[in-house]
Amino acid sequence: MSALKKILDNIRPNFDEGGKLHAFKSVYDGFDAFLFVPNTTSKSGTNIHDAIDSKRIMSMVVIALLPALLFGMYNIGYQNFLAAGTLARASFWSIFLYGFIAVLPKLVVSYVVGLGIEFAWAQWKDEEIQEGYLVTGILIPMILPVNCPIWIMVIAIAFAVIFAKEIFGGTGMNIFNVALIARAFLFFSYPTKMSGDSVWVAKDTIFGLGNQLPDAFTCATPLGQISQNINVPYSMCDMFTGFIPGSVGETSVIAIAIGAIILLWTRIASWKTMLSVFVGGGVMAFLFSATGSSHIPWYEHIILGGFCFGAVFMATDPVTGARTEIGKYIYGFLIGAMAIIIRVLNAGYPEGMMLAILLMNMFAPLIDYCVVQSNISKRMKRLTTKK
Amino acid sequence: MSKLFSKENKEVLVNPFNLDNPVLVQVLGICSSLAVTSQLKPAIVMGLAVAVITAFSNVIISLIRKTIPNRIRIIVQLVVVAALVTIVSQILKAFAYDVSVQLSVYVGLIITNCILMGRLEAFAMMNKPWPSFLDGLGNGLGYALILVVVGAVRELLGRGTLLGLTIIPQSAYDAGYINNGMMTMPAMALILVGCVIWIHRAYFYKEKEN
Repeated sequence: MSALKKILDNIRPNFDEGGKLHAFKSVYDGFDAFLFVPNTTSKSGTNIHDAIDSKRIMSMVVIALLPALLFGMYNIGYQNFLAAGTLARASFWSIFLYGFIAVLPKLVVSYVVGLGIEFAWAQWKDEEIQEGYLVTGILIPMILPVNCPIWIMVIAIAFAVIFAKEIFGGTGMNIFNVALIARAFLFFSYPTKMSGDSVWVAKDTIFGLGNQLPDAFTCATPLGQISQNINVPYSMCDMFTGFIPGSVGETSVIAIAIGAIILLWTRIASWKTMLSVFVGGGVMAFLFSATGSSHIPWYEHIILGGFCFGAVFMATDPVTGARTEIGKYIYGFLIGAMAIIIRVLNAGYPEGMMLAILLMNMFAPLIDYCVVQSNISKRMKRLTTKK
Repeated sequence: MSKLFSKENKEVLVNPFNLDNPVLVQVLGICSSLAVTSQLKPAIVMGLAVAVITAFSNVIISLIRKTIPNRIRIIVQLVVVAALVTIVSQILKAFAYDVSVQLSVYVGLIITNCILMGRLEAFAMMNKPWPSFLDGLGNGLGYALILVVVGAVRELLGRGTLLGLTIIPQSAYDAGYINNGMMTMPAMALILVGCVIWIHRAYFYKEKEN
């Protein structure tokens, strides 16, 4: 580590004002601050000394996402072998490796494109590189179906990073969750590659691994089957552990729960938001199944589709969510409720979590404003009655 | 003749294309420019219709500007515009029925287009007919220019065609290319107009400030 530090310190003069590589100063700063704690302290204003900065927070979120990602890789292989009927003969490693190779190019491309745009933007605007893309870059491949082509993903990432983040002022300024904007862009631009029943199971052999499935092979997600009134052929146990078709990272409740524990234990995500999303979704799903509008029991709504993933990793995004303590309850509850409402009442969208979170992202500042104002007026009243 | 194309008149005609563009700088007429630009052909027709109506309503109002009582000038302007819009709408129905069906209510809604009322109030009410004509034409064509740009991008990326002619070859589709469905939605038109404004501000406004 100290050798690395020495190298960085040695090449630093090249990047300072007047150095020959000054144009790449933001790149250098980005790497330096990512690897080591930067040596600068703020000179003005009131500051809170804290051991954790946003780069460390991002790293923790990435760690929390890893169980879901690794399980998602395994599940891709599992679905492929299951569809080909060769599951019993396949070893654990060949299944996992198949899924790993299927997802890896997307992860790499996602980071290269997203960070490339961020670096170029920071260079152009002469700003520091911001670290927000670390999490977005791993989230985007995880919320896409495995068969989504890479060139489409590249367009969506470029769109989301530029129009959802950079034009609002970069990391920490965005109104909408960047990864979800990428998904929404794909969802509305290329619906045939994002929904339906032919995108959820990888069909090709990769480097001789896996099985070639016929082009006409289809396999809908459980939510898709429910919206078409088909009985779901998966057992409760499969749904819970995640051996069902779906977007790469969203299927396993257990893997997401591990991530949730990491996030809550390190206090990076707010338990208030997370809990109230589940409460909101549960209450709404219970109401729908009690009145007969939904065919499945309420708990299946919670464990199917992207509900858990959205509740744990998307709704708790500190930038786009509500920031007041009471606001977090309202914000989370409405996300859960909206997601179930969209799922049940709109047959065109079997999954509502993405739209619900984006909608509530938009209302989060309003919720905060109302909470703060009501607090002010309450205190005002107390002040005037005392007189 | 030289007076007709004097320097001021030329500016009146040319400025709305760039530094005084009604859509890019004054941000007027956004509603219709989002609604009619999903394909190039209706965008061109709409742009021309607005240009013709702006030019001639400007001339008419400029001719009668001294006789219009100030308190009822808006209603007089509306009557003139409405008459012209009705004429244009009937002509479209007679000679370009398909396009007029595509444009649907937006031809009629030219009456409420802010660009028209803006030019009538700001220019025709206090200028002579010839400059007013040039001003109306310039503003209408400046509006049409943006419509054509946005319409061309949307039709090319959303449908793979331009004016109905296939541009993107079948071999691209066979290789996995897919049309972008969001380009055909008005939401993307708003983002595209925003991009055009962004580029315009980045390149032309800087020069003006300097």
